[in-house]
Amino acid sequence: MEIPLTANIGPSKTPPDLKSYEARGGYTALRRGLSEMTPEEVRLAVKDSGLRGRGGAGFPTGDKWSFVPMEDGAPRPKYLVVNADEMEPGTFKDRLLLEGDPHQLIEGTVLSAYAIQAEITYIFLRWEYRLAALRLEHAIAEAYRAGYLGPDILGSGFGLELYLHVSAGRYICGEETGLLNALEGRRANPRSKPPYPQSVGVWGRPTVVNNVETICNIPHIVSHGAEWFRGLSLTGEGGSKLYGVSGRVNRPGCWELPLGTTLGEIVEEHAGGMQHGYRLRGLLPGGASTDFLTSEHFEVPMDFGSVEKAGSRLGTGTIIILDDSVCPVGMVLNLERFFARESCGWCTPCWGGLQLVTATLESIEAGEGRPGDLELLEEHCRLLGPGYTYCALAPGAMEPLQSALKYFRGDFERHINEKQCPWH
Amino acid sequence: MLSDHELKEIEAEASKYGSRAAVCIDALKIVQRFRGWVDDDMVRAVAQHLGMSPDELDSVATFYNLIFRRPAGRHVILVCDSVSCWIMGYGSVRDYLRSRLGIALGETTADGRFTLLPSACLGACDRAPVMMVDEQLYTNLDAESIDDLLASYT
Ligand SMILES: Cc1cc2nc3c(=O)[nH]c(=O)nc-3n(C[C@H](O)[C@H](O)[C@H](O)COP(=O)(O)O)c2cc1C
Ligand code: SF4
Repeated sequence: MEIPLTANIGPSKTPPDLKSYEARGGYTALRRGLSEMTPEEVRLAVKDSGLRGRGGAGFPTGDKWSFVPMEDGAPRPKYLVVNADEMEPGTFKDRLLLEGDPHQLIEGTVLSAYAIQAEITYIFLRWEYRLAALRLEHAIAEAYRAGYLGPDILGSGFGLELYLHVSAGRYICGEETGLLNALEGRRANPRSKPPYPQSVGVWGRPTVVNNVETICNIPHIVSHGAEWFRGLSLTGEGGSKLYGVSGRVNRPGCWELPLGTTLGEIVEEHAGGMQHGYRLRGLLPGGASTDFLTSEHFEVPMDFGSVEKAGSRLGTGTIIILDDSVCPVGMVLNLERFFARESCGWCTPCWGGLQLVTATLESIEAGEGRPGDLELLEEHCRLLGPGYTYCALAPGAMEPLQSALKYFRGDFERHINEKQCPWH
Repeated sequence: MLSDHELKEIEAEASKYGSRAAVCIDALKIVQRFRGWVDDDMVRAVAQHLGMSPDELDSVATFYNLIFRRPAGRHVILVCDSVSCWIMGYGSVRDYLRSRLGIALGETTADGRFTLLPSACLGACDRAPVMMVDEQLYTNLDAESIDDLLASYT
């Protein structure tokens, strides 16, 4: 089994410095890309690889790049922004790549910028990732000194500036257009789309936003080709994937596995199954904004298409386990409180609806639920669903709620009928 | 008034961006690092320096939860209240911190030593429950480890 993304990340998680990164073959993809491939060939390789964005939405990366204007008269500068905001509850995979192998991210960033001919790049990092910030600063300085960043990289004529932007909190900064507003020093409200960032992005210029894990795949695609990349996965979708598990399992953690590894294998083998005395009730397969699945879905391959068919989304690929010692209503309340707090306040269904949803769940959890409450919640799952808001925060917030109402309906009803939380 | 150190750091950051106002979030963070929080005078000073109106800058400052517009203690505790930590015992960590420090979430101890704030997921869910004190992450928390780590902050 090949693990290109984490090959340099050992148990200590100390990242390789520039010398040892190079000794392990680092920056050869960059050399190869800049000297032997045209930007168009890099774009084509990425498109053929089938790589889909690892930030949560799974948009094909090659397609995303294809909307960037490439003609000579295209507005300049063009920008590439690496989304390292990682704040989706239950998600801790980009941290591993940022702390464990910063040069891999830099190499991927330069190659991606080359592909779309961007001249300025930012890594947009959440403030709380302090260790990642230190290691990135160090690696960026090393890369500048070695001529992998700056003007005329490796004599190719292609030049690139790479800046680290450290954010100041708020989940909505991870939404790609909210992120661009944050980068411009504004409130991080998302933008109305279209226009999409590829044509009108940061400071009105063409901009691509990609997730950390997405970008870290690029050097490997350039080195080994699209076909090799597709062969890494167990299903039709290309590549390996960082999967994670948190909750009451024996070995919570994060592992790079072939894309399409089954849910059951990840939970039972890699995470070591449930801790003694705890039973699995359900799980969120890819962070807080995904629908619940249950152990009946253990055969589902964890790729974008299969998880969607099972009624949820791969999301970030980090699984959150609900065990029988905690209340499902309480868990959903925790999730909706988070979304209500983090709503940017622009769309009425989002800020108003999430407050009402949260208040309703609070009263159910407190034993004060009333008949009709579950129907009210279901109605909000529709009203906050896709199409009524400027961004995906609100629809994402409804995914765990609508599926909890399906899988844990009996638990909701018990709260209302018995006028108390059975777990209290 | 902005100090020379603050001005120097703000200008160094400003060179990264495509517009002058874009550095305002960095500028607020720089001021906060030197002074602990951002008071009204500093909002005016930063706004004037960047050619923004104070109200415009304040609307940005109040959007971001890690910019403090009220005085904070010498050390800031960010305790994760998101879903994985909640499952793994956030409730008892929060209650223990509240009783040890004698304050509620959002408050500062009378001696100005700690401010206790809830935080969105800190991205260390495999080691839950977790919290940060200033720039340091602490994982797999229980009452004993909290006692030990708090003692190291004066
Ligand atoms: C509320 C919200 C928060 C998001 N947070 C993140 C994040 O922290 N990191 C990330 O990569 N994508 C996040 N996304 C997805 C981004 O909008 C965007 O789809 C992604 O960065 C694109 O990168 P990719 O195509 O490489 O996946 C978020 C989306 C929403 C709606
Ligand atoms: S859905 Fe919510 S977070 Fe997204 S733009 Fe609307 S109000 Fe803001």
